[in-house]
Amino acid sequence: MTSAAASIRARGWGWRHAGRSTWVVSGLDLAVEPGERVLLLGASGSGKSTLVHALAGVLGGDDDGERRGELLIDGRAPDAARGRVGLVLQDPDSQVVLARVGDDVAFGCENLGVPREEIWRRVRESLDAVGLDLPLWHPTSELSGGQKQRLALAGVLAMRPGLILLDEPTANLDPDGVIEVRDAVRRVVESTGATLVVIEHRVSVWRDLVDRVVVLEAGGGAVADGSVDEVLRREGAGLAASGVWVPGFEPAAPARATLAGSSRLLHTEDLSIARVASTVLHTGIELELASGRMLAVTGPNGSGKSTLGLTIAGLLPPAAGAVVVEGYPDQPVRWKSRDLVSRIGTVFQDPEHQFLTGRVSDELSIGPKALGMPGPEIARRSADLAERLRLDHLMHANPFTLSGGEKRRLSVAAVLATRPPILVLDEPTFGQDSRTWLELVGMLRDLLDDGTAALAITHDPEFVSALADDEFRLSVPEVVGG
Amino acid sequence: MSVMTPVAGRQAVYRLNPVAKVVASAIIGIALVISIDWVSAGVALAIEGVLFLWSGLSPRRFFLRTLAVWIAAPLAGFTILLYGRPSGAVHFQFLFMQVTDGSIELAIATVLRVLAIALPAVVLFVTIDPTDLADGLAQVAKLPARFVLGALAGLRLVSLFLEDWRSLELARRARGVGDSGRIRRLLGQSFALLVLSIRRGSKLATAMEARGFGAPGKRTWARESRLGRGDAALIALGVLVAAAAVSASVITGHWNVIGA
Repeated sequence: MTSAAASIRARGWGWRHAGRSTWVVSGLDLAVEPGERVLLLGASGSGKSTLVHALAGVLGGDDDGERRGELLIDGRAPDAARGRVGLVLQDPDSQVVLARVGDDVAFGCENLGVPREEIWRRVRESLDAVGLDLPLWHPTSELSGGQKQRLALAGVLAMRPGLILLDEPTANLDPDGVIEVRDAVRRVVESTGATLVVIEHRVSVWRDLVDRVVVLEAGGGAVADGSVDEVLRREGAGLAASGVWVPGFEPAAPARATLAGSSRLLHTEDLSIARVASTVLHTGIELELASGRMLAVTGPNGSGKSTLGLTIAGLLPPAAGAVVVEGYPDQPVRWKSRDLVSRIGTVFQDPEHQFLTGRVSDELSIGPKALGMPGPEIARRSADLAERLRLDHLMHANPFTLSGGEKRRLSVAAVLATRPPILVLDEPTFGQDSRTWLELVGMLRDLLDDGTAALAITHDPEFVSALADDEFRLSVPEVVGG
Repeated sequence: MSVMTPVAGRQAVYRLNPVAKVVASAIIGIALVISIDWVSAGVALAIEGVLFLWSGLSPRRFFLRTLAVWIAAPLAGFTILLYGRPSGAVHFQFLFMQVTDGSIELAIATVLRVLAIALPAVVLFVTIDPTDLADGLAQVAKLPARFVLGALAGLRLVSLFLEDWRSLELARRARGVGDSGRIRRLLGQSFALLVLSIRRGSKLATAMEARGFGAPGKRTWARESRLGRGDAALIALGVLVAAAAVSASVITGHWNVIGA
């Protein structure tokens, strides 16, 4: 499965989104030779995704923005190089096109007009190459995140591209999924010899696979370009400060204060959990949350961690057994929503699910308003939280337009506004850059030191070692489906 | 069981082209909609009753899948019984309700008609795989590929929307606004879902475009969809049911074109 690797040439290239005054990328000069493997780094907002979308020819037309300079793949405009370029994006769920594995891989070939017999030959080859050993009729809805990303890679590979573009392909995956996808990419580029451009803010994942690093700067072009070691030596500290996870420049987690005394705030009694009433995932769960302590809930995808978190947070009813909060006769799931908000705070995995308003300031005041607090007190709390979480310059912005890190900070701040003594956090550091990570860890450390009890569902070993006092590990339940 | 996972099996009916299924049920439906007598509907239903043995569904599945039809048909009949055009002897009267010889006959005809049109449609449609239907609509019915495939990909997002909806509901409770008026909450939640779905949709569109969707040049199809002998037979069966129903009705003098 060979097809000639593609080259990239950018001369003074730039792009500005329609209606914006600043250029996302400007004056970019870049030459990538066929077969090179490039890691694209830069702070969030530095235009990495914009460049990759432009190379894939999906940036849009003149209505979507303004371009200047020249960007060429094999000497042609990206729009004219369709099929030469394959793109894998960050969100596994939004890239699956069809319902069956084989059909999904075939989709790109069909669009390029590849003859039928040839399509199915390529489909089988591509699934082999990414290590997806599944029947062609296997439902795509039953794949894990890592499998979906490998499926997307197979779909790209079947088009026989000379250039493979990866836009944070592992940011939404658990540690096993990251390795799965990285190894599949390695096999693919080694067997095809295709040119590779990958965006990722965790350098360690791709370090051994790429032979060149290019650093972009917001509104500018490439500010550093060279071998991995050379660029990291020169720019490592700066990159780390801008949020990139650079080996050797990991954020130093702040120390926890020694506990003066801790009291139990919540415990479970022979708890069984179920996402839907008919399918019990785990039984006999006994755990407790105590003031000033964090319990980390860990385990592979599909082990029911989120279900456990939601059950403890009073959002899902226990299938059997009880969640007991000291001082209250009723279980949390029976409480009124208005009472729940001041007793147990829940930070959801996807911040977008918990945003209720069109403005950051309104988002912060929802909880206090539900509690009937006086206006001046609400304003004081909102302002205080916004300042602590560096959201004060965004008070009038729409929460949905914020960056990933800002969304996460807002979703935590909004929950803290009602000062619940118990916190349930679902993957708080998922996909975050090192800067946001450090801020979250610092803030949670303060809360714990002040006596908050926390349960954190997490895949992040650094997070566990920085904050967790206890760990509760879930295994994948034997009964799957129902 | 979601929209994307239809009933699967090995019987002949699963190999039939979805387009043939749509055409066959349309022929029966159109023939039965023209008249409102009980004979045509009764004859069609009787023949269909025999054909359902080859529907590829176990009796249990058959009744589960068609449950809505079995509930809807008597309800429609009951309404007609009370409010249908009165004629003949009056058996019962209260306010605007009137049960007469004429409304009884109309009610029976209505129940039979709903069953005769809806049962074959449901039975044929539950064994349709959306992907196969899209292939058929584009290759056999020659509908534009862009439109058909866009709709098919969008359909796949439905199950994600259901998940989103659940999370939105839980999040509202967690944030202290889960007690307020149900209507207001539903409106807010619907809007949030709309925002999320547009974002998901545009991401999917980007992914599809990156895979060459909408590129100039001729598209090929990995799965061939064409009408075979079995499909012709199914359509012929549809014509047969329709013709038998109409003939029986005309011969016995019950044919009664709506509005005539």
